[in-house]
Amino acid sequence: MTLDATTIGMPARSRPRPGPWRKFVRFAATQPLGAAGLVTVLVMAIAGALAPYIAPYDPVAISFGDMLAPPSWEHPLGTDNFGRDILSRILYGARTAIIMGLVSALIGSTLGAIIGVASAYFGGVIDLMIQRVVDIFLSLPIIVLALVVVAMLGRNLVLGFDFNLILAISIPIVPNVARVVRSSALSIREMAYIDSARVAGYSTRRIIFRHMAPNLMAPYLIMLTAFIAQAILLEASLSFLGLGVTEPSPAWGLMLAGNAVDFYRQAPWMIIFPGVAISLAVFSFNLLGDSLRDWLDPKSRLR
Amino acid sequence: MLTYLAKRLLMTVPTLLGAAVLIFFMLRVVPGDVVEVKLRGDGASITQAVIDAERSRLGLDKPLPEQFASWIVGLGKLDPGLSMWTGKPVVDEMKIRLPLSIQVAVMGALIATLLAVPMGTLSALYRDSPVDYLLRIFSLVGLAVPAFWFGMVIILLLLWLFNWLPPVVYTPFFVDPVANLSQLIWPALVVGIRYAAVVARMVRSSVIEVMKEDYIRTARAKGLAEKVIIVRHAMKNAMLPAITVIGLEFAFLMGGLVVTEQVFNLNGIGQLFVQAVAHRDFVLVQNIVMFIAAVFVFTNLAVDLLYAAFDPRIRYR
Repeated sequence: MTLDATTIGMPARSRPRPGPWRKFVRFAATQPLGAAGLVTVLVMAIAGALAPYIAPYDPVAISFGDMLAPPSWEHPLGTDNFGRDILSRILYGARTAIIMGLVSALIGSTLGAIIGVASAYFGGVIDLMIQRVVDIFLSLPIIVLALVVVAMLGRNLVLGFDFNLILAISIPIVPNVARVVRSSALSIREMAYIDSARVAGYSTRRIIFRHMAPNLMAPYLIMLTAFIAQAILLEASLSFLGLGVTEPSPAWGLMLAGNAVDFYRQAPWMIIFPGVAISLAVFSFNLLGDSLRDWLDPKSRLR
Repeated sequence: MLTYLAKRLLMTVPTLLGAAVLIFFMLRVVPGDVVEVKLRGDGASITQAVIDAERSRLGLDKPLPEQFASWIVGLGKLDPGLSMWTGKPVVDEMKIRLPLSIQVAVMGALIATLLAVPMGTLSALYRDSPVDYLLRIFSLVGLAVPAFWFGMVIILLLLWLFNWLPPVVYTPFFVDPVANLSQLIWPALVVGIRYAAVVARMVRSSVIEVMKEDYIRTARAKGLAEKVIIVRHAMKNAMLPAITVIGLEFAFLMGGLVVTEQVFNLNGIGQLFVQAVAHRDFVLVQNIVMFIAAVFVFTNLAVDLLYAAFDPRIRYR
C-alpha cells in the first residue's frame, strides 16, 4: 500500500461518503474487466426493459412472407422459420433471461444464505443434518437437480409467469450458497464481537441479523452475481430441452430448441445470434462476479 | 489399505441411501404423476376408474413407504422396477444407452485432461504473460458458452468447412471404430472443452503454489535442468489437486451430457433422462439420478485412492 497526500493529509472522518458514481469509478479503476461486465449487463437490462420501444418488430408476429430472411437492413439479424424478426426476439428475450436469472438467483441465494447461517449458528445435530442433505444435493449436477424439480412440480403458470420454472432454477442454487455462507458464518461466529454481543445478553435474532448478517453480505453478493450467470445458463438449457419457457414467449434458449436444427443450412443466423446473446450475458455476469470477489474479498486475490 | 477400502466402501452406503430417500420423496411431494400425463395428455376424457386401474397396475396405489422399500430392495438386486412410461424394465432401458454415454464421458474427460494439464502448467509458468491471458479468456469463455450452442456451432462449422455432418446412427466402437469416433468425437469435444476450462484453472493455481515450494528451490540449486524440475518435481506434485477436480467434475460431466446428447441427437442416458422428466416417469427419473449420484460417490472414492498412489506421504488406516 502506498501512502500519498490524500490518504495521509485527509482524516477519514472529514471525507464525505463516496456516492455511487465515485464508488463505480473506483471499482472500474481497480477492476476494468468487472466494470466492462457491469456495463454490458446494464446495457442488456436497459435493452430488455425498453424492448417494446426499441424492437423494430413484434417478437411473436408471424409473417410467412419474410420466412428465413437473411440479415438485411429490414431485419438486421434475419428472421426465423415463422418470419419472426430475430433482433426483436433477442431484445425481448433479454427480458426473460434477466428477469428469470435475477429472480431465481435471488430466491436461491437468499434461501441458501438463511440455511447456511442457521446451520452455522445452531451447530450440533442441526448443522450435521443440514450438511448431509447439502452434500447429497451437491453430488448432482445443477441441471440434473433442476430437471428433478421440473419432474416433481410439472407446469404451473401463474399470471403468465412460470413459477415452477423459477423454483426449478433456484433450488439447485440453494445448497451451493448454503455451503459457502455456512463456512463464512462459522468463522464469523468465532469472532470476539459475537462473543461480546452474547455476553451483553443480546437475543439470538439480534445477533444473527445485526451482527452476523452484515458481515456475510460480501460472500452473499459474490455468490448472487455468480449464480445469476448460472441461472441464465440454466434457464436457457431448460428452455432448449423444451422443459423451460414455453412458446411463443421469446427466450434465447427456446430460439435454439426444437426444429432450429433443421435450418443449419438455410438459416445459420437462427442458430448464431441467440447463442451469442446467451454467452455474452453469462460471460458478463461471470466477469462481474469474479471482479466483485477480488474487490470485496482481497484475500482471495492472493490465491 | 484393504481395511481402509472396505471402510470407505461401507461409508458409501449411507450416502447413497440418503440420496435415495431424498429423491424418492422429493418426486412424490406434489400430486400428479405419469398416469395423468400418459392418459390425459391429449386432453382425452378418461374416467377415474381407468386411471385408478393403471395406478394399481404400476403399484402407485400402495403406501409410499412400501413403494420405497420395494424400490430399495430392487436396487440391491439390480432390478429397480419398470419404467412407468414404456413399461419395460429400467435396467434394460439404461443398459442399451449406457455404452454411448460412458464413451462420450470418458472421451470428454480425456480431451479435457490433455488440454487442461499443459495449458494450466504453461499459464502458471508464464504467469501474467499473453499465454496466461489467453488461458484465462479461454476458461471464462468456456464457462459462459452454453454446451448446446457450442455443439450447434461445431455442426455449423463442419457444414461450412467440409460440407459434412456427423453420422446419426450409433455404431459400437468395436464394430467400426472410424464410424463410431466420427460420430462421438464432437459431443466429447463439447463436454470436454467446458470441463477443460474448469480443470485448467485448477492446474494453473496448483502449479503456481508448487513452484514456490522449498524443494523446487533445492532442485534449482542442485543445478537440475528446468525441464526436469517442471516435469519431475513440479507437475508431479501439482497433479494432486488436479486429480481431485478431474474426478469431481467427471460426475458433473453427466450434466453436460443431458444437453449435449440432445444437440447431436444421441440416444444416451441424458436423452433418456430428459424424456423421463417430460413424461414425469418417476421410476426412471429416480433411477437415473441414483446412477449419477453413484458415479459421483465412486469417482470420489477412486480419487481418494489415487491420492495414495501419487503421494506416498498419505497413508491410510
